[in-house]
Amino acid sequence: MRALASDLPIRFEGVSFSVRGTAILKNISFSLLKGGPAIILGPNGSGKTTVLKLAMGLLEPTSGSIVWAGHAGGIFDRRAFVFQRPVMLRRTAGANIAYALRAAGKPATEARVTHLLDTVGLAGVRTHPARKLSGGEQQRLALAKAMARDPEILFLDEPTASLDPAATKAVEDSICRFSVCGTKIVMATHDLAQARRLAAYVLLLVNGRLVEHGPPCEFFDHPQTEEAKRFLAGELVI
Amino acid sequence: MNDANAFDLILSGDATLFAIVALSLEVTLLATFFAAVAGLPFGAFVALTRFPGRGAIIVLLNGMMGLPPVVVGLLIYLFLSRSGPLGQFGLLYTPQAMIIAQAVLITPIIAALSRQVIEDLWEEYREELTAMGVKPFGRIATLLVDARYSLVTVLLAGFGRAAAEVGTVMIVGGNIEGYTRVMTTAIALETSKGNLALAVGLGLVLISIIMAVNAAAWGLRHWSESRAG
Repeated sequence: MRALASDLPIRFEGVSFSVRGTAILKNISFSLLKGGPAIILGPNGSGKTTVLKLAMGLLEPTSGSIVWAGHAGGIFDRRAFVFQRPVMLRRTAGANIAYALRAAGKPATEARVTHLLDTVGLAGVRTHPARKLSGGEQQRLALAKAMARDPEILFLDEPTASLDPAATKAVEDSICRFSVCGTKIVMATHDLAQARRLAAYVLLLVNGRLVEHGPPCEFFDHPQTEEAKRFLAGELVI
Repeated sequence: MNDANAFDLILSGDATLFAIVALSLEVTLLATFFAAVAGLPFGAFVALTRFPGRGAIIVLLNGMMGLPPVVVGLLIYLFLSRSGPLGQFGLLYTPQAMIIAQAVLITPIIAALSRQVIEDLWEEYREELTAMGVKPFGRIATLLVDARYSLVTVLLAGFGRAAAEVGTVMIVGGNIEGYTRVMTTAIALETSKGNLALAVGLGLVLISIIMAVNAAAWGLRHWSESRAG
């Protein structure tokens, strides 16, 4: 089925995005291809979240165009999004997964709910109120909810920004499993070490501009632009 | 006044007193039910949609929370009286008229408060539900379910207002003994007659019912939150 209906590649062609006259993104062009995780790097306020929301189809560009596998709009159902601060419905963890399955038009069977909780290591908290889980558990539950859509592309907005190292590792392990199973991961982060661990492709945004993109070995070892060099040196702060 | 007489009436299961209590509960619960059926979806609709004049609707709803009960009673009276547009149904001075009047009085309260509750929750859920591809009807259903604890409080506010109401039900119900006499109108009448024992007894029962309903809702909320979050 995935071979029949794909949303990849996603092409940004001269995309700009403004809010009340303030430019958030300025004329950026790039493509997200099939393959390993694409990591969007950049300091706070550089436009990473906006790129993810545009690629997901939650926002529309002010100018320029975005095409999914050559089509405007693409197939929304093939994409899923995990926000930086996960939103938990006021229900149990299992009920959150069941809701996500129903929203995706899939049967919310016991087996499917259990399987999704298992994939993120949360089978033991199925009956716990979702909003009372720890930050790391909530983020993994958000991953499981996103995976309930069986997405071809999973967008992650700094999913480990407020987590401790152990919780970060648990989330990263889940992300790696999804990637290995064929889900295209597109993740925003400002954590360089995390980008080194996960990235198959890197994009660097600075002040709404795409200043560099390419394989991680080239980006980390041979940055081409002054902004990239300064960002890697920890000197680029906005 | 002899308070012991009031307690005697309650403890002896005085038939007059308990008939009044039963009718009061029936009228108020039905009015709250109908106001909830109209007010909750309307509040959700206003919370989740954007249309010209929405701001005016919100101001109107909020303003109508403070509707003077006697004015509402008068309007309902004009509608239901023999020469009014609904006069043919013969509803004036019936419990049904009292239910209509109380429902009209508290529907704006339930709609306005639920609009605020749902709009606040929508701010939290908006991006998540949009990203999940949840359709508008599904969004309303989800928000009503997830705001259930706060909405119970909204319903309690409506119930309390209706239960304590005198002027409206006096005008459209007529305070007819054994037919449209409820606790509040009976308290007013018995006080004016000097029958303070019955008035105090009814007052105690009215306060007890409101307290008991609120206590039950509070307990249910805490029990449910501990299970579902």
